[in-house]
Amino acid sequence: MPKKKVLIPLSGDDVAPRFDLAPEVVLATIEDDGTIMDERAIVLANASAEVLCRVVLDEKTDVVVCGGIDDEYFQYLTWKKVEVIDSVIGPYMEVLLRLAAKALAPGDVIRPENTTRV
Amino acid sequence: MSTLPLVRGLYNKPIGLLNLLNEIPLGLAILDTEKRIVAINRTLETLTGFASEQVEGIRCCFVLRSNLCAHECPLERVDQLSGALSVQGNIVNKSRQRLQVRITTSVIENGDGQVLGFLEAVEIMSAVSDRPDAGVESLALKGLVGSSSQIQRIFQILPVIALTDSSVLITGQTGTGKDLVAETIHRLSDRAKGPFIKVNCGALPESLLESELFGYEKGAFTGAVTSKPGRFRMAHNGVLYLTEIGDLPLSLQVKLLSFLDDKTVHPLGSSRTYTVDVRVIAATHRNLEEMVKKEKFRQDLLFRLNVIRLHLPPLAERGTDVRILLDHFLKLFCVRFGKMLKGFSQDAHKILLDYSYPGNVRELRNIVEYAVNFCDGQLIHTRHLPQYITAPTETFENLTSEDIANKAQRRDLLDETGDVMPPSLDWAAVEKRLILEAMTKARGRRGKAAALLGWGRSTLWRKMKKLGIQGK
Repeated sequence: MPKKKVLIPLSGDDVAPRFDLAPEVVLATIEDDGTIMDERAIVLANASAEVLCRVVLDEKTDVVVCGGIDDEYFQYLTWKKVEVIDSVIGPYMEVLLRLAAKALAPGDVIRPENTTRV
Repeated sequence: MSTLPLVRGLYNKPIGLLNLLNEIPLGLAILDTEKRIVAINRTLETLTGFASEQVEGIRCCFVLRSNLCAHECPLERVDQLSGALSVQGNIVNKSRQRLQVRITTSVIENGDGQVLGFLEAVEIMSAVSDRPDAGVESLALKGLVGSSSQIQRIFQILPVIALTDSSVLITGQTGTGKDLVAETIHRLSDRAKGPFIKVNCGALPESLLESELFGYEKGAFTGAVTSKPGRFRMAHNGVLYLTEIGDLPLSLQVKLLSFLDDKTVHPLGSSRTYTVDVRVIAATHRNLEEMVKKEKFRQDLLFRLNVIRLHLPPLAERGTDVRILLDHFLKLFCVRFGKMLKGFSQDAHKILLDYSYPGNVRELRNIVEYAVNFCDGQLIHTRHLPQYITAPTETFENLTSEDIANKAQRRDLLDETGDVMPPSLDWAAVEKRLILEAMTKARGRRGKAAALLGWGRSTLWRKMKKLGIQGK
């Protein structure tokens, strides 16, 4: 799998329920062999879908994993060649692991009891 | 929930609680004291796009996805003493639609007064945006504005149409208000508390349109990674509004006709059928009778949709309504953009009254929006109006074909075949011109151009993409 840069809007340690209302994001790089590197968080001054789209593009993100997102922004990011995996529920770390294992799809609900053992 | 709790004592035999809740036309969620989902009913499944068993044990905010969850969660404010708490907000569902909702929350307690959890009722308000000035648009009959005899006739019959449950076919040129009339019918009807689901039949390819309308089961086709209920099921107890019905492919016209007959939906890849209670409103700018003659539209479907026919006149036939609409939109945009304008100059007013508005009310609205944006004084002058309406007008009959071609080239009115289109038919060129002027004024900076037009960047992007404007 080619190296990918991932952005996940956060609410605490979970994927934020809403793309446009997320107060912070986590960025990470998934290497060719599935290792997760360069994880860092960005706190947003104001939650806003427009600002978040700007962050996605400025960070040259390949994949966004999020909760609910308005169709307008989904279409915009898709047009900008960003893969959007939406309606995901669960802890962001588990989401990253599943993405690295190519086992994440839109609408996935990850429960704490189903987390990956490493 | 694999074992459904049973309710005893209502009837001779116990009844499953979820079976009971599924018959209530409100979205309902039962939560525990940790705000985690115990169960949701079918209406809330349809509203959110999540199945009940999929979200058991998940915190409510991740399922409902309301703008209230972050800072104004009603579950934090409700208690045994306060009674039910009702708040308005919006949610974003799995179909990426933003829905305006009213959420009513109450505490569930046992006979000893011990709090066991919460009950949330979610009621859809409308599918419009939550702009702060939305209330300004609600003049006259729920947003329709006018005093001409044609519009007054529509005002008079809309409430009557709303109270029937028959299918409605709305016809009229683009920009005449078909969407607004459809929503008004819904809001005036007994189905006002139910959903209003809109589908543009011309916006999606045939294969996607079928799955959008009728839903699909997980694995029904490549890419179907989850089940989706479909727009018919989402519109249960409400209205399904099919705009551009003339663009519905013939194969789907058959399925729509079948639904209108037996009110059942067969999702792709599913062996189950679902009975839904939906009122269908359809709209088109096309001449469906002509399409029937050319065998592009089924006559039997036209008969079924044409139970109540409502035709919206073009703005050019509405006489004094142009003056009223100019004032209405001037007031609306002054509020939205925070400007204190007194009105139009005499010259500008004359130009606006004399203009033909081939794009009808939508074009008039956009012209006023443009003018309010560009106005830097207290009166809108001619220089604040889009150039294409202030240029000297000439009728096509006076011009040679070479003159017409030259004029059309300057005004970007040539279509793909190189033939000249009369200005009155090209609303896309109108919008294109507005965007190009804004981009010129903003010197190519899309963010500033979007602000000038009163749009978000993504709205500008979407329109530029649609109109084929290269903006790099």
